[in-house]
Amino acid sequence: MKTLYTLIVHSENIAGLLNQVTAVFTRRQINIESLNVSASSIKGIHKYTITAWCTEDEIKKVVKQIERKVDVLQANYFTDAEIYQHEIALYKLATPGFQANPVASKIIRRHAARVVEVNPTFCIVEKNGMSEEITSLYEELQQFGIVLQFVRSGRVAISTSCFERLNEYLAFREEKYNKEKKDEKYD
Amino acid sequence: MNQQITGAEALMRSLEHQGVTTLFGYPGGSIMPTFDALYHHKDTLNHILVRHEQGATHAAQGFARVSGEVGVCLVTSGPGATNTLTGIADAMIDSTPIVVISGQTPTSMLGTDAFQEVDLVSVTQPITKWSYQIRSAKDVALAVARAFFLAKNGRPGPVVLDFTKNAQTEMVDYEPMTVDFVRSYDTNPDPKEGALEAAAALINQAERPLVLVGQGVELGDAQTELKSLVEKADLPCGCTLLGLSALPTEHPLNMGMLGMHGNLAPNVKTNECDVLIAVGMRFDDRVTGNTATYAKQAKVIHLDIDPSEFNKNIAVDVPVLGNCKRTLKALTELVNEAKHTTWIESFAEYDKVEQARVIEPEIHPTSGPLNMGEVVRAVSEATNNEAILVTDVGQNQMMAARYFNYSKNRSIVTSGGLGTMGFGMPAAIGATFGRPDRTVCVFMGDGGFQMNIQELGTIMEQQAPVKMILMNNNYLGNVRQWQAMFFGRRYSFTPMMNPDYMQIASAYNIPARRVAEREELQDAIREMLATDGPFILEACVIEEGNVMPMTPPGGTVDKMMLEC
Repeated sequence: MKTLYTLIVHSENIAGLLNQVTAVFTRRQINIESLNVSASSIKGIHKYTITAWCTEDEIKKVVKQIERKVDVLQANYFTDAEIYQHEIALYKLATPGFQANPVASKIIRRHAARVVEVNPTFCIVEKNGMSEEITSLYEELQQFGIVLQFVRSGRVAISTSCFERLNEYLAFREEKYNKEKKDEKYD
Repeated sequence: MNQQITGAEALMRSLEHQGVTTLFGYPGGSIMPTFDALYHHKDTLNHILVRHEQGATHAAQGFARVSGEVGVCLVTSGPGATNTLTGIADAMIDSTPIVVISGQTPTSMLGTDAFQEVDLVSVTQPITKWSYQIRSAKDVALAVARAFFLAKNGRPGPVVLDFTKNAQTEMVDYEPMTVDFVRSYDTNPDPKEGALEAAAALINQAERPLVLVGQGVELGDAQTELKSLVEKADLPCGCTLLGLSALPTEHPLNMGMLGMHGNLAPNVKTNECDVLIAVGMRFDDRVTGNTATYAKQAKVIHLDIDPSEFNKNIAVDVPVLGNCKRTLKALTELVNEAKHTTWIESFAEYDKVEQARVIEPEIHPTSGPLNMGEVVRAVSEATNNEAILVTDVGQNQMMAARYFNYSKNRSIVTSGGLGTMGFGMPAAIGATFGRPDRTVCVFMGDGGFQMNIQELGTIMEQQAPVKMILMNNNYLGNVRQWQAMFFGRRYSFTPMMNPDYMQIASAYNIPARRVAEREELQDAIREMLATDGPFILEACVIEEGNVMPMTPPGGTVDKMMLEC
């Protein structure tokens, strides 16, 4: 069964790595739904958040093949239940249409979105939230035919597990290296 | 303070620091400063001038495969670099440690479609372990150290260093560097807790165990450890194409070759065993045939250094991560001494069938033209089964793999995963430099011989003692066999008009002999092996010979065809 998985990848900050990560999806003929790349909380380490529809068997293989790249530190996959995730979306609405439909501003308030710019031609509404909320705000506004443009970011996600896998991994690698060095000395 | 040196000179010193003694290359515009630096290092760095960059990569592969060292190539940018792609892809899929250093246009001209510019890093990313552009002379020492560390450690593979021209000419303070740790890549991973115990428990309960021996055993230098395990627990083995010399052919537990054209017994028994122990192999489709019918009855134990191999093609019950030199040793301590006499004896009946219906007629025919298998076996025996076998790709490869016998480690060099025609001749050149103490025999067909025929020039110049056996059947034989079997005998562009190979040999001043008669074969082989330096033995073999037995593509391993 296909599920929307979120992949979180940590890598060294090396040019060309994004290519290598996405190529794994291409080779396995899996479409990437969204992709977000940014610096992580650890200096020099980049974080990729990728979503894709696929089977668990596929995502497991994808994760292993991404992790196989020598500059990738770690790759893990999550279902929506295992992460807290957010997106941001911007909606550009036609001001005359917006004013003519008082329900529209109620909808915006109900969705906890905010108007960030207004001029006589258009206004811009900003919303952050879960994917479905963002889609549903779009659909509700669109029924008035007033949406001129709609953009949404890729997903940013954080795992809800108590383990900080990356920190643990880095500590483990250092420890193993030091131990091997020590063993070598005594050999 | 040290005297400053150029980036090109830093590369030379870095290569020497890595212990490099041999490189295979071809000069050109963007790598000229490096070749200029090489001019002053001729005493320590033996550069072999090939005749085509593809030849350089295969030679580096041959060198690496027989010596266990990293093979090195030095080529120019653009076409020089793209000519190396086949060899790089081949090294990737067959886990061969090579470092390809290519020239590149100056950093200031990158992205301008400059003369002989190609974005080599992007092009090679999917077919390398690591691909890196050196943009400044101060990067040289670290890049080279990291390249060699990554190429040979963990699961070996190819690394590309794209060396911009300005980085070659800039001045730099040089300090030798060594890399022994990359935090994002564990070269010596540990098995999961309990994995070895679980594997040992399965082996101890097994009544019909079967070991699949892959190239990982040779790459991990674990031939002794493998032997200890299989002898202690009395485990019969089948070898993959690349794992053939990891266990001597004559070893009583070696049941032969796996795969599409392997031996009948180990293939059939794959679908009868109760525990399958795969060591350093990757369940290639040429080994498994149809995975839906492959070893379904068996519990599968998989020993590999690359975790992405587990469950990739075949579901694994007990994955054992790690260098098999370590894991095999640990496993040997945990398994009980055992005997599986009845099970092992049951291989013999299939062996007998194959001997009678396939092997005997192939190697001891009494009439008709020479057979390919007959030529291979005669060469193998004449070298006391001690030579290094190099093959090209096709029928010559399958026949050579099947009928050559192996008594020493690291004795087969062949293009397994990529199936690269033209691999044989340059790889054999590399092998003579990697192991100058051993005899190197390369079997080629008339197709593959011509696909890198220019390397005869390298052989001539170096007097590389390559014993070339050209099995000429005037066909692209393997494709012809498939056309005969699966395409209604429509021989679409497989018959080939051949040149006079004796004249070619004489143009290159390489001793040669053509043999068509059975009575002459032994003497011709004797002459080849007695001749110092290179030799071409052209064997005119049966035109429509077939490699049997065969599991047709997508077929089931226990239903091999014995005749076609």
